[in-house]
Parts: sequence; structure tokens; C-alpha cells
Amino acid sequence: MKKYLSFFQLRFAMGIQYRAAALAGIATQFFWGFMEIMAFYAFYETGAEAFPMSFEATSTYIWLQQSFFAMFTVWLMENEIFDSIQNGNIAYELCRPVHLYFMWFARNIANRMASALLRCFPIFIVAAFLPKPYGLSAPADFMNFLLFLLTLGLALLVTVAFNLLVYMLSFFTISATGLRMIFVSMVEFFTGAIIPLPFFPEKVRFVLELLPFAAMQNVPLRVYSGSMEEGRMMRAALLQCFWLFVLVGAGLALWRIAEKHVAVQGG
Amino acid sequence: MITMEHVCKSYKIAKRNAGFREACRAFFHREYEAVHALDDVSFSIQDGEMVGYIGPNGAGKSSTIKILSGILTPDGGTVLVDGRVPYRNRMEHVREIGVVFGQRSQLWWDVPVIDSFELLKDIYSVSNIDYKQSLEELTELLSLKELLRSPARQLSLGQRMRCEIAASLLHRPRILFLDEPTIGLDAVSKLAVREFVLKQNKTYGITVILTTHDMQDIEALASRIILIGKGKILLDGTLEDIRRGNENIDETVAELYRSYDI
Repeated sequence: MKKYLSFFQLRFAMGIQYRAAALAGIATQFFWGFMEIMAFYAFYETGAEAFPMSFEATSTYIWLQQSFFAMFTVWLMENEIFDSIQNGNIAYELCRPVHLYFMWFARNIANRMASALLRCFPIFIVAAFLPKPYGLSAPADFMNFLLFLLTLGLALLVTVAFNLLVYMLSFFTISATGLRMIFVSMVEFFTGAIIPLPFFPEKVRFVLELLPFAAMQNVPLRVYSGSMEEGRMMRAALLQCFWLFVLVGAGLALWRIAEKHVAVQGG
Repeated sequence: MITMEHVCKSYKIAKRNAGFREACRAFFHREYEAVHALDDVSFSIQDGEMVGYIGPNGAGKSSTIKILSGILTPDGGTVLVDGRVPYRNRMEHVREIGVVFGQRSQLWWDVPVIDSFELLKDIYSVSNIDYKQSLEELTELLSLKELLRSPARQLSLGQRMRCEIAASLLHRPRILFLDEPTIGLDAVSKLAVREFVLKQNKTYGITVILTTHDMQDIEALASRIILIGKGKILLDGTLEDIRRGNENIDETVAELYRSYDI
């Protein structure tokens, strides 16, 4: 366990080293946040009663999404991993007495947490001081806040487990570009990154909420604002655990096949 | 002790002729050709030996190293390293070996070298005392003192290679695989690396298997030479066996390659 922890530590230290990237990230996230809120504002102006979430809740959803962007945006995968699979640098990682799957798991969590921690606080603070319907409001109550932290952690794990599935699949293809395109475009839509899931039509939403994609950012962001009843929050958290289990299982199974059949490329 | 018996490994390679039409055809129908990287390879190496593993490009040297270090599974044959099957018990196996791939890097690019070392310490579960001792010794022998605090990306190739070699020895492996460790190095760095490897072998009786195209490496380090070509072992002997009175080692080897038509 210690080796995975210190691996986490090193990646974390590396992550917080890139200051310019963090600044650029914060600027981008602000920009996106404002743009999205403006777009939703226009929709709400035409008839607020048609929407499932209040404008205030939607603003909060967007600001939280922007602050934790690095934590559960699926397309933020690590190019280094794809490169090492493609050009054979993975040879060194295979020479270590560690489980590759768990090492990469630790590495991805560390990277995501490092960039999220660097970016979230400025966004939090500014968004909290924005005037009422446009800003970040406080969590519905303390219980919601605790559940938010729990589901946030689970969402991170599910996201990383999903990423690992893509890494593992890329062992079986020569180039990972196609795989990434398919997964990324699918996931962006289904996680509620583009439009929050409550905005989908009833029947579509029912199906979407059962998929692993809903177990990522959708759950914590909605738990925070209190737009889910208690029973549904519990069910959503359980569903997160279920998908985490399934995704990790599938990733490990793929790794076991890859380990035996992989040819390290390039001399 | 390392033994390989009748080891075979072949790769499937997609081949096609030049041109757009051929590319389109290959989109629907691929032709594969099997290339035998290793074809019935057998040898054994005793503890504490220093073996030069030579052969032209594409002879199967790297495949052998990859199989011995557990990252490639052979198609057939048996491989035993100190009683372990490398590719079957990979995790236990790699704990006992050190590997340097001269053309790749194991150091983390953007952080000081010492951070990479500390991580390796934890990955191999090296105790604090052992780590301190190894680090001190390696720092001294490879003159790393000035390098440890710089990020790997800002080191010259020679400096980096010295750090790479140190990184592979921090956990005190019993066997060291060096895959072209002197590639691209200047004369001073080459000499430093050779001297260091020799010393490790003398002091700790560490088994060294070295692949290289630099015959001076072989001359300086290897008491035994295994020549491989087109996936087959062609010769297993000492440097004197192949020299046959010819003084220049490069010419000797070139002649040898020609005589085996590889």
C-alpha cells in the first residue's frame, strides 16, 4: 500500500508544479462558467417554470462543475500513458514489483486531485461572492454537504476506473486515438457535462441515470444543491459503488489478458 | 542462475506493398507474416558471470532481455531465473533484477532525480538504512552529487544514463540487464559506466547481461560472449575464441557476422 501512496505523493508533487497551467485553467473555467450561466439565463428568461432546477441551483451546479473540472472530466486522460503503451516505454513500468493497474489508478487520482485542488479555491471564492442567482450558493444543509463529499470521492473513483478501462483497451490497438474519440464523445453527453441530467426528457433520463456515466459528476453536483430526495441520494451513491465495482473488475480482467499477450513495441 | 531452453518467440507483422491502392486493399484484407525473433534459443548463465550478448540489429537481443525480465511471454520453451519463471511470477521476479534500457528513461521527467529515487525506494520496499547506504555508494561511484537535485529533463544524456543506472541498482538486484547502456554516450561517460559495472560485479558478484553494439564495451566487460543472429544462437564462447589473431575487435565481429551471413 505504501508504494501506491508514495506514487500518489510524487504525482501530486508533480501536478502542483505546473503553475502556469493552473492559472490558465482557472481563467478557462471562469470563462466557461460565465458563458454557460449566460446561456441558461436566456433559457430561464423565456419561462423558468419549464425547468426542473431553479436558476440558482443551475448556477451552483455550473460553478461546482467548473471548480472540480479536473476531478471528473473524463477526457482529461493521461497522454503519457497512451504514449508509453504506443512507443514501448511501458517496458520500465512492467519491470516494477507493483500492480500496473493500481499504480495507474493511484497516478490518475493524484493527477486529478492535484489539478483540482490548485484550481478550485479561487473559483469557489469568487463564485461565492457573485450576486444571488448567478453565484455559488451554500449546500442545502450539513448532511447534504457530507454526502456531497462522499459522492464526490466516489465520482472521482468511478471516473478514474472508466479512464483505466480505456487505457487497458488501448493495449489491444496500435493507436488509441479512435478509442478515445468514441469514449470521450459518448461520455461528455451522458455524464451531464454539457446539459445537467435533470434537463433530459423523463424516459431518457431514467435510463441515463442508471448508466455508469451518471455515477460520475451528476451525483455529487446534484447532492450538493439538494435537488435529490434522501432516498434517491442513497440509491445514487449505491449505484456509484456498483459501477465502481464493475468498472474496476472489467479493467482488471482486461489487464490480465493484456499482461500475457502484450508485445512491447519498438526495439 | 539463468537457463533458457528451446525458447521461441515470433511476432506477427502486417505487410503490404507501397501505394494508395495497396493501402486501400489492406484496409479490407491484411496480410501477415510471422517473424521469428527467437528460434530455439538455449543457454545458461551462472551466478556472477558477465555476459555480452551481441548480434546485429533485429537479431533478437531485446526480445531475449524482455523475456528474461518478465515483460514478454515466449511462445514456447522454458525459462528459469533463480528458480522463477519470469513471465509467470513477474512481480516476485522483478524485485530481484535491475534493468537498464539504454533507449528509454525510467526517471520522471519534470521532477528532481532524487524524487524518482525515493519513489523507487518505496516501490521496491527498500529499508531506510539500505537505501541510504546504496544511495551514498552510488552517488560516490557515479559522481551523482551535483545531479540529484536537477530535474531529469535538464540533464545531458551521459548524466542521465548515470542516474538511470543508479536507479536500477538502488534495490540491490542480484541480476542486472543492460540493454545498450552506452548508446550515444561520449568517451568519458562510457568509461565511467564500464568501470562502474565492472566494480559492481567484482564487489557484489552481481550477474550482468549486456547487449551492445559497442565492441569496446564487450572487450572491457564481458568474459563470455553469446552471439545471436536471426533468432538463433550462433556462438557461445570467450572473446579469445572469436578473435583468432585479428587485433581489431570491430573487424573481428564484422567478419563474424559476414561468415554467419547475418
